[in-house]
Amino acid sequence: MYDPTVARLTYRALLGRRRALILGALPLLLIVIAVIVRGLAGADDQTAADLLGGLALATMVPIIGVIAGTGAIGPEIDDGSVVYLLSKPIKRPTIIFTKLIVAIAVTMVFSAVPTLIAGFVLNGNGQQIAVAYTVAALVASIAYAALFLLLGTVSRHAVVFGLVYALVWEALFGSLVEGARTLSVQQWSLAVAHEVTGGDFVVSDVSLTTATVLLTAVTVLATWYAGQKLRTLTLAGEE
Amino acid sequence: MALDQPMTGDQTRIHDIGYRSYDGPRLGRSYATRSLYSQSLRGAYGLGRSAKSKVLPMLLFVVMCVPAAIMVAVAVATKAKELPVDYTRYAIVMQAVISLYVASQAPQSVSRDLRFKTVPLYFSRPIETADYVRAKFAALASAMFILTGAPLLVLYVGALLAKLDFTDQTKGFAQGLVSVALLSLLFAGIGLVIAAVTPRRGFGIAAVIAVLTISYGSVTTLQAIAHAQNSTDAIAWIGLFSPVTLIDGVQSAFLGAATNFPGGVGPSNGEGAVYVLVTLGLIAATYGLLIRRYRKVGL
Repeated sequence: MYDPTVARLTYRALLGRRRALILGALPLLLIVIAVIVRGLAGADDQTAADLLGGLALATMVPIIGVIAGTGAIGPEIDDGSVVYLLSKPIKRPTIIFTKLIVAIAVTMVFSAVPTLIAGFVLNGNGQQIAVAYTVAALVASIAYAALFLLLGTVSRHAVVFGLVYALVWEALFGSLVEGARTLSVQQWSLAVAHEVTGGDFVVSDVSLTTATVLLTAVTVLATWYAGQKLRTLTLAGEE
Repeated sequence: MALDQPMTGDQTRIHDIGYRSYDGPRLGRSYATRSLYSQSLRGAYGLGRSAKSKVLPMLLFVVMCVPAAIMVAVAVATKAKELPVDYTRYAIVMQAVISLYVASQAPQSVSRDLRFKTVPLYFSRPIETADYVRAKFAALASAMFILTGAPLLVLYVGALLAKLDFTDQTKGFAQGLVSVALLSLLFAGIGLVIAAVTPRRGFGIAAVIAVLTISYGSVTTLQAIAHAQNSTDAIAWIGLFSPVTLIDGVQSAFLGAATNFPGGVGPSNGEGAVYVLVTLGLIAATYGLLIRRYRKVGL
């Protein structure tokens, strides 16, 4: 199910040349802000929870997920070079699975690790806040990567749709309409984080069972369907 | 024919096979620039492109205008004394939609020219680097102005229909238009500079949205913390670091807008001047960066 060559190619497509620098700029900014906040406000649990929840989990993880998830396959389909990969005797689901692993790994490294560092900078992991949000970021990375990888195989405008989901649906509708939160990767990951650490600062509107079932279902279904899409891929010209 | 016999004399000649040379009018540099401008402006709304690429810009345009129409309908129906939202406030409230629009259309405008290496073709025509940059910049800024100005027009027409105070509404409308014009120039500049770096459209979209939302997210977080710490002086200075709060500061200092800053305290007049300077400086800087970028691209 895992092909090292495909993995190596995907890593280079995602992190090659200057792209790693741009991907690294976001986490760096988070840590810088954490340092500034610590200097301004001192160690405060509520501030730490607000910053990690509002900035790291709600904005940074989805954006890194979009870049890594769609970037793992989108550009290849876009410029047509994916046919060279598809013409090799490798199963299409294997290609998707390998790319998913790489996308998950990249998202985790660039979102969960800085979240942990920022959490420790902010309040030294008081009330387990840093660990809780790191767990949430890790869980969310898996679901986001699978979801956005699927989008990358389905649409040429995957990045836009991914961002619309992450920023408009989760952030905007999620804050206005209660029901939208049930269908939000962010809330599912918060439910898991709440269960793991049990603090009062990490709360979710979704129960743990619902969250786990939906997380697993979305990840598995998205990966399976992406594999199916890749089997019947038609290459279209530039619009 | 004997091959070993050397040809004598010059055997080359030009045959006149009857092609006519062009002797019509040459439309020149400004015409080419105008064409590039109108094509880019139409392209920003998907006009003249495939049906699929019309969906997103048109959808975002509708999403921008519908809340304004609803507000107007409510104001007319309830015979309200004033509109539920200020003209200057509207773009700030809808900034997520505006960011998505600029993120999706800026790469559309410049990334494909880079990717398909058509930029050298443009520059083999009479237009020059500055013309290309000006046309693209103006086109995206105009598209943004249409996007942000149309809902204000809806609000204004609705306010007049609801027989609200004419001078009051006209003043507010004019202030709103100035603020969205600044916002359009600033966002278009930032979007184009980022998009012009990468030939990959998807990557450009993500980079533009990341710059806009992350900067806004971090600035508002820091402002909220500064507010909680009672360091009110810092709030205005922190606001300088993201495009949305920059526009918010300019209009609350000089255009009579209520600010979105925590505590409702906008920049004072002195700080407001800094805001205006930074805004204009940023617009000029993005223009300069674009000129620099295209001076050597693909050539």
